[in-house]
Formats: sequence, structure tokens, C-alpha cells
Amino acid sequence: MAMTTRQRARLSKIIQIVIFVGIIVAVVLQVDWKILGENFFAFDKLGPIFPDLITVGLKNTVFYTVISFAFGLTLGLLLALMKMASFAPYRWLATGFIEFFRGVPAILVLIAFGYGVPTAFPGTSWPQPVVVMVSLGLVSAAYIAETLRAGLQAVPKGQIEAARSLGMPAWRAMITIVIPQAFKIVLPPMTNEVILLTKDSSLAFILGASMAQYEMTKIGRDGITSLGAGITPLIVAGALYLVITVPLSLVARKFESRTARTKR
Amino acid sequence: MTDNNTQTTFKASGVDIRGLHKSYGDNEVLKGIDLEVKPGEVVCLIGPSGSGKSTLLRCVNLLEQPNAGIIHVGGFEATDLDVNLDTMRQKVGMVFQQFNLFPHLTVMQNCTVAQTKVLKRSAAQAKETAQKNLTRVGLGDYGDRFPDQLSGGQQQRVAIARALSMDPTLMLFDEPTSALDPETVGEVLAIMRSLAKAGMTMLVVTHEMSFAKEVADRVVFMDGGVVVEEGPAKDVIGNPQQPRTQDFLRRVLDPTHVEIAE
Repeated sequence: MAMTTRQRARLSKIIQIVIFVGIIVAVVLQVDWKILGENFFAFDKLGPIFPDLITVGLKNTVFYTVISFAFGLTLGLLLALMKMASFAPYRWLATGFIEFFRGVPAILVLIAFGYGVPTAFPGTSWPQPVVVMVSLGLVSAAYIAETLRAGLQAVPKGQIEAARSLGMPAWRAMITIVIPQAFKIVLPPMTNEVILLTKDSSLAFILGASMAQYEMTKIGRDGITSLGAGITPLIVAGALYLVITVPLSLVARKFESRTARTKR
Repeated sequence: MTDNNTQTTFKASGVDIRGLHKSYGDNEVLKGIDLEVKPGEVVCLIGPSGSGKSTLLRCVNLLEQPNAGIIHVGGFEATDLDVNLDTMRQKVGMVFQQFNLFPHLTVMQNCTVAQTKVLKRSAAQAKETAQKNLTRVGLGDYGDRFPDQLSGGQQQRVAIARALSMDPTLMLFDEPTSALDPETVGEVLAIMRSLAKAGMTMLVVTHEMSFAKEVADRVVFMDGGVVVEEGPAKDVIGNPQQPRTQDFLRRVLDPTHVEIAE
């Protein structure tokens, strides 16, 4: 007996529901909720780290992200312009830099600047925020450079011709005409970059330093050993990362739709 | 020369092109062009697509770098390597086929941005000049709009106002009506006609033969990278001497009666 298309669609839907409910039931039955609660959701034991996780950890996570992004954006713009330069050695230099810092794990760069540089140049001792800013900034600059280059090149050539025909020098056409239009194009990938940086700032845990410079992951990790609440501190830290990143996406999306009108 | 619509006349300058060559790789697009446009003169460049007329126009303000030849424009030797191209281009207005308005700026800002950033005029002065030119193209009330809120014809008129706001001494038009809906072609041609009457020097690449016949002082027919025929509009369009010109005009003026040979 052949089924009609509609019957087949309904059957497929029923099967999907059964599988979905089955998985949920299996998980609920299999999990030992008591152990899970003690190790994952023991919020009552978080007292000792609680104000610090937010007043120090969250604050430093945001701080490290902001300074790294500022550094990465500045350097990334420079690299993007170098990649588009007519003088070939500039392009080679930028390409080499981008390939290197895009290919190396961020944590290695942090270790290099946090421990390698003070060893190699005795006497230099950068404050931890500077180490984070330079290390994560260098890595994000490599990604930002490629995003910016694509954005700048997506602005139609006629825009530059129109600007030049009005007597604008190349740099003026770039600043006044090309970059504002490229900004709208690169906003979504740039939001991604900020979110990645927010999460990468957790790698600063490797640097140690003093309590005042701890970010959320470091405080959470220390909480695992000191509180006896399992990984609950990290669950909370994880939720706090979402508190930063989700509104960021929402704001970017809102800004995107607001400026979409002026885009051709 | 006076005109009802426009009180101002222009301080006009001319163009003098000698032995202009331009190649893209092995493809020679301009094969030695000589062309003169006198101050206040309107010259239309006509010819089949690929004949090099747009390239010639773009060479005049050095948007394309010629391979050989000398161009004098607006009192500058444009092909002199030491000339300040930015200063030269301030005097040479250009209107593009695709308008090339700045989409992130309002109509008013499109007309003021180069005045304030390049000519260093005050914001008030720039706005006054822009308003005067927007009124001239019939869009005095559209300053707050964005380009994508306008029709193609309106956008092209803004582009003309933008160029005029720099007080150019000559204007280049690169197929200004080719990207327009047919019903908006007339409004752009009307603006260009009034500019011509007001004494603006104009070099126009166009396919609008009736416009060329009516407005141009001289028509230049190009084909295959050379000037084939030039002269007063009524002669070149009304009574062409060269077979290539005759053939081209027959196709353009009466496209429904072209016979496909062989």
C-alpha cells in the first residue's frame, strides 16, 4: 500500500518526535541526579568566590577583551592596508605575520610574552594586562586584517573613482568614503572576533599573577580546588561568558538591520 | 550667454589632447588620439561600444594612466608626472554611468563632503553652494534623503550637483544616461542642456544622438581606438562622410531596420 506524500511527511514527523522523547527519557533515567547536583550545580557552596567572580573576574574578562581588541583592530587595519599596498615587501610582511599568528595557538603566544620575553630580556617585566593585550591582540590582528581587507575590497571601485574625481587624495577617499562603507560590511564578522576574544581572554589563567588580575576562568578553576563544589564555579563562569556574548550578538544584529538601508 | 533657469555662467577651461595612446596589456584601446575642446564648447563622443571613447574620457582626468601622449586640461598638463592630480581634478567635474553616489551619505553630504575636506570650505559655505546646485538640478528639497531613496534619474542629477559644487571649469560625462530607465533620461539631458547653455565646457560620451545633434557644438566619432570623423554636429550626424560613421548611425538611429549582412 503506497503512502501519499502527506502521510509520509506525518509518519516522518512522528518518528522524529519518538526519537527525541526517547533520548530525553534515556538521559533522565541514566543520570544520577544527586551526584550531578553536587558536582555541577552546588550553587550554595559558591559563597567564598561570589563577589570576586563578578567584581574582579567579570571585570577583568571585559577589560582584557577591550584592550586586546583595540590593539588588534589598530594593528589589523595597518596589516590590511599593507596587504593591499602596491609595494610588494609590505604585502609579504603582512602575509607572513598573518599566516604566523593565525596558525599558532593563542596560548603559546601568551606563554611566549608572559614567560619567554622576561627570560630573554632580563629586566623587562610587563604588567599582566599588557602581556594579554599584546599576545591576544597580535593573534586577533591576524584575523581582523583578513576581515578588513575583504571588507575594504567589497566597496565598489566606482566609489574610489568618484572620490578621486572630486579631488580627494587616496588617503582621504579611504577614510571618508571607503572605510565607513566597509565598516558596515565587516560588522558581523567583527562581532564574531570580539566574541572569540572574550573567550580567549580565559587563556590568561596561564599567567598566574595576583588576585586583582584574575579573570573569570582563573577564579573558577581555583574555586574547583577550594570549594568542594565540583565544577560548579566553572558552570557559573560559563554562564557569565554568555551574559557578555549573547547581548553583544543582539546589539550587532540590531545595528546591522538599522544600517542595512543605507547599504547598496 | 544667458538662460532663464540659471543665473550663473561658468569660468570655463578647455582640453587639449595630443597623440594619446592607451593599452591594456597587448590590447591597444587608444591608437593616437588628437582632440581639442575649447573653453565653453560642448563636444560629444560617439561610437560603438569598445571604440575607446570611455577610456579616452577617463584619461582626461587621469582615472586611466595613458601610455603616451600629452593632455592639457583646465590649465594643467595632466600627463606631467609632477602635476598635482588632486588639484587638477578639483577643476574637472566627472559624472559616471553608474552615478557612484556615496550611499552612506545624504544627498546634501554627497555635495558637501569634498568641498569641506578638499577645498576646506566652511560647513555653512559648502552647504550654501550644495543647496544652490541641488536647486539647479531641481532637487533642492531632497538634501536629507539617502541616494537609495531616489530614482536613477534623480541620483544622476545629484551626481551632477555634486560635481558642480566643486566649481569645476569643465565637466566630463561618461554615458550619463545609459543606466537610466527610459522615462528618466529626459530629466538628466535637460540638466545637461541647461549647463551647456550656461557656458560650461562639456565632453560627453553618449548614445543619445538627438541630444548630441541639438546640444553639441562638435561631434567626434570614434571606432577602433581612432577618431574616424569629427565636425559640427549637424554634419557628422546629419551628413556623415565616412562609411563607418554612416554604418554606425544607421544602426543607432533606426535599429529596427538594420539588415544582418551575409
